This record gives sequence, C-alpha cells and structure tokens, in this order.
Amino acid sequence: MGFLKIEDLKVHFPIKGGLFGRTIDHVRAVDGVSFTLEKGKTYGLVGESGSGKSTTGRAIIGLNHVTSGKVYFEDKEITGVTKAKSDFRKDIQMIFQDPYSSLNPKKRVIDLVAEPLRNFEKLSRKEERIRVQELLELVGLNPESILKYPHEFSGGQRQRIGIARAVALKPKLIIADEPVSALDVSVQAQVLNFMKEIQDELDLTYMFISHDLGVIKHMCDHIGIMYKGRYVEEGTAKEIFDNPQHIYTKRLVAAIPDIDPRKREEMKQFRAEVNSEYEQSYNDYFNEEGLAYGLKPITDTHLVALPEKG
Amino acid sequence: MAEKLLEIKNLKTSFRIKDDYFAAVDDVSLNVNKNEVLAIVGESGCGKSALAFSIMGLHTRAKMEGDILYKGENIVGISPSKLNKLRGKHMGMIFQDPLTALNPLMIIGDQIGEALLLHNKEMSKTQRKEKVIDLLNKVGIPRPEYVYEQFPHELSGGMRQRVVIATAIANEPELLIADEPTTALDVTIQSQILDLIKDLKDDMNSGIVLITHDLGVVAEMADRVAVMYAGEIVEIAEVTELFEEPLHPYTRSLFNSVPNASEEQDRLHVIQGIVPSLQNLPRTGCRFAPRIPWIDESAHEAHPELHEVKPGHFVRCTCYKHFRFPEEVGKEEEHHGVS
Repeated sequence: MGFLKIEDLKVHFPIKGGLFGRTIDHVRAVDGVSFTLEKGKTYGLVGESGSGKSTTGRAIIGLNHVTSGKVYFEDKEITGVTKAKSDFRKDIQMIFQDPYSSLNPKKRVIDLVAEPLRNFEKLSRKEERIRVQELLELVGLNPESILKYPHEFSGGQRQRIGIARAVALKPKLIIADEPVSALDVSVQAQVLNFMKEIQDELDLTYMFISHDLGVIKHMCDHIGIMYKGRYVEEGTAKEIFDNPQHIYTKRLVAAIPDIDPRKREEMKQFRAEVNSEYEQSYNDYFNEEGLAYGLKPITDTHLVALPEKG
Repeated sequence: MAEKLLEIKNLKTSFRIKDDYFAAVDDVSLNVNKNEVLAIVGESGCGKSALAFSIMGLHTRAKMEGDILYKGENIVGISPSKLNKLRGKHMGMIFQDPLTALNPLMIIGDQIGEALLLHNKEMSKTQRKEKVIDLLNKVGIPRPEYVYEQFPHELSGGMRQRVVIATAIANEPELLIADEPTTALDVTIQSQILDLIKDLKDDMNSGIVLITHDLGVVAEMADRVAVMYAGEIVEIAEVTELFEEPLHPYTRSLFNSVPNASEEQDRLHVIQGIVPSLQNLPRTGCRFAPRIPWIDESAHEAHPELHEVKPGHFVRCTCYKHFRFPEEVGKEEEHHGVS
C-alpha cells in the first residue's frame, strides 16, 4: 500500500459571471490526477506554470478545496479534512517558494519556528526554547539567533528557517513547492544538499514541485509530468529523462539548455526535430480540448498518456 | 577583425551609502563586438545588473567614473536628452521582470508604439500600428491584432516577456542588453525566447549583452563569457574555452554548484559564505579569498590583475594555479597515502 495515495483528484475553480455572479463555467486546474508516493523517496511533480502542479500540492495538504477524488495518507482518507488540529497536519508539512514573503516579518525567529510546536505540543517556555535552538542547529543556523527577525537573514538562511518550521513537528511527508526557485545557484546547492541530508536523518518523504528540470533530476526518484491539469507521463527519473515517450515530455526534456557549448548545433537540430514532431502529432496526443488522454502503462513504473486510437 | 560596438574602459559605478561611496562596478573593462553575444555571469549582488544599468545610463544617483564608448563616442555623463536619443533607438534593454517592466494601464499596442513614436516622429498612426503588429508577429505572439488591444495582465508570463522584447527591438537597436531575460519562464518558452534573441542577432547584426546566472543558457547562447564577482571581472574567455577549462576558483565553484541534468551527482558543491554586501566588500587583495579559506594566503596576489593565460582568456589573481576543491585535496592525500 502506498504511503500517500492520490486517486482521481480534481480541483475545479468556478468562474463567476453574468448578472448575479452565477457560476458560468469552471477552470479545471487539476483534472483527474492519480499517483502514489513511496515512503522515504522523493517524488517530483513537473509542469509549466498553470499546469496545476502547485494546486495539486496544496489540495493534498488541504489548502485548496477538493472538487472530487480521494487522498489517502498511510491508508487513512484525508480528503477535505480542514480541521486545523487533525493529526495528519502534523505529519504533512509544506515548504513554500518564496522565503521573502512566507515568513512574517514582524515575528522573531523563535516565534516563527515555535509556531507549529505551540499548535500541537504543550511545551514550557524553556522546553520550547531548547527545541527551537535544536532545530536551528539542525538546519545549520546559529542557535543564538533566535531573537533575530527574518530581514536579518540572507535568502538561503530564510529558506532554512522555513525548513526548520516544516520539520519542527517531525513530519513524515514534506511538500516542497519550488523551494529553491528564488535562490542563487550556490545557495540553491546549499538548500538542496541540506534537504537530502535531513531526508536520511529524519526518514522523510518529499514531494518536490518544480519547473526546474535540473533540480528535479538531481533530487527525485519518481517524476510525474503535468499539462493542463492532467498527467501526461509518469516514471522513474531515468525513464523520464532517458526515454521520454509522450510528445510533451520529449519537448520539455529537449528544451533543457545543454551545458556543453560545443553541442549547440546538434541540440538546435534535435530541438527542431522534436518541435516539428510535436506540432505534427499534437492532435494525436491531445483530444479536441487540448487535454491529455488517460495514462497507460508501458512498463511497471512507466505510464504514458498515449492516444486512445491507433 | 570584429567591429567594436561598445567599449567599456575602467568603469567604476559607485553608490552612496550614508556619507561614503561604494563601488558596485569596480574598474571593469569590456568590449562588445557586432554580431556577438557576450554573457555576464555571477551570483546576485555581484554587480551584473549594475553594469547593465550603467551602460544604459539608468543610474541617476550613482557616481560613474571611466568611459563607456558607444561606437567611439563616450556616453558617460552626457546630457539626458542626448542619452534619450541613443536609448531605445541604438541601445535596447530587455528587463528581467516583464510584469514590472510594462505599464499596467496601457494596452500592448500603445506600449510598443510609444518606443516607435519617440524615435520616429514622421511615422503615421496607421504605419505605426502596422509596424507594431509586424513586431508582435516577429516575436511569435499569436493573433497579434487581438493582443494589440490587450492589457499586460491579460497575458501570460511568456507572452509578456515577448512584448518586452518587441519593445526593446522596435527600433532595431545595434546593442541589446538582456538582463535575465528568461529567468521567470518555463523551459520550453525559454528555449523559444532564446531562439528569438539569436535570430535577432543574425538578422540585425546586433551586439548582445546577456546577463544571466543560468550556465545552461550561457552554453547555448554566448560567444564570449565574462564572470563577475564582487564588482570585478574575475575571468573572461571564449565560451568553449571557459566551459572546458574554467580557471578562476569562483568560476569553477559556480560550475560545480549547478545540478547538471546530464550527470549524476550525489552532493552539490556549496560555496562557503555569502556574496559580501557593498559596504563589506574587501577592496584589496583577492576578493574571493574569504570564500576559499583553505587556500593558503600566499597563493593570492596583493593586487590581483587580469592575466592573459591564453589568447583571449583572462583570469584575475594567481590563486587559480593552486586552487583545489577540499574534496579533491582529500582524494589526493588518500592517493598518496596508498602509494
């Protein structure tokens, strides 16, 4: 049984219009997504902006209303549970994209990091202080800095505060939504290394949401590719990067800039080929509405949204 | 012989903090030739954007010393009206964030049209509209007549960036400065935008200064690369040369810290410490030295200069000769121990 199991998840947002603000249509942000996370592994969710990857992550944790579908966490259904003190809230935490806006600028580090502890655990002042200092040490920040404000830290350090908050309650699953997109490459390296370290240490499972394929490849064991609210392909990192099957994935992988300047011409040709293939077979791979078809297994782990006919 | 389009000589751009001036661009000399893409790489805070803004004369309060010669004419300290004749017409800039670079209250057609209007007063209204639609077509915007009437918020990020590019190239500038043009975009759109910039270079023979921290983008686009750290250029070379044989410790650290899509790495290299702020910048000696503390002090020069190690390949400071990553040092010692 899966650790986290998503079944046919749909998140639709109403479009209001007309005279009385009636619902005239829906935006199908997530339109029938199913996948399973294995314990201790890292799952990557990839897609362009607007593909529904962040909405999926937020729906799992209960930040977005779920229209239909089921979310199981350790075999218990957690769909639509919004009660703030539910147990699973302790076990699933989130790391947000922007370390500059996701921390309250008026709060000190001790209050920021202790907030989840105060919600779930009754600790005395002294115990709390010790825990926060331990957490800061864990994420590589000076434990003395508990009285500082977020603006006194650099971007990478702030993201570590965000991580300290996320790991404070010893969660089992962390959903990281573009955790390093706002950071410089060297700081990005720091945060990614660190996330890998605590994964082993705390036996964490990650769900990594990103549009940066380099980061995804570096971090993830399994990858799902989303397009317009649906899955187009799912597989191990190797399968997705070395043997992409869906035309959309092929184009995505081909678009990654190659680090070798001498391959420039080669890549240009390869991309032109992939692009023309994409344009030619677009109608085969997507239905009249431009949506992907259902996933079909190619191997045990590799699923592709292949056309229904032919 | 390549034709020099832009020549920067000993440029120093300083900002005032309290009562002192601090140089964000410190003694930078560079050339940009026609039909050439010069990439400038470095972390944020290294002075890349400050350099770009200096070239465009967009720092109104900074103290600028040195020369920026555009086709032989010095543009440092010339009057704003003269500068306005150059900007937009001869020099175009693509800004990083398309949402803040566009006026939210102006329809797309007027925004691009404005650039044309300012530099070409004779053009009639209908001609201008034709030209704008032509530009929108050129940057690959579908249904340009429709987009012409739209506001920036109605477009997606990729489309907005195309509008910014259309505005920058409206007057077919000979020098185009692109400050992180694709950082905010998805890879597929990024590759389209980069192709577009390349086509422009080929069509108009322009010189392009591409500022980015994405080494993949550099590998795909650049002819030459300048690496900046703490306001200085620490290494400059042809793109293949730099990627095959990066010399400066900073360049090598940058290369090692990027997750590489074509190679498996368990841990990424982390550069110790952070980019120093303007006030705390070491002004003497090797500026990168504090971030590679395991390298012996004697390896650095007292006054590091750019040395030409191969034709066209310049490196600052001699510390590159002795530089090893800590991991490498460990391995070497192990190796010696066994033998």
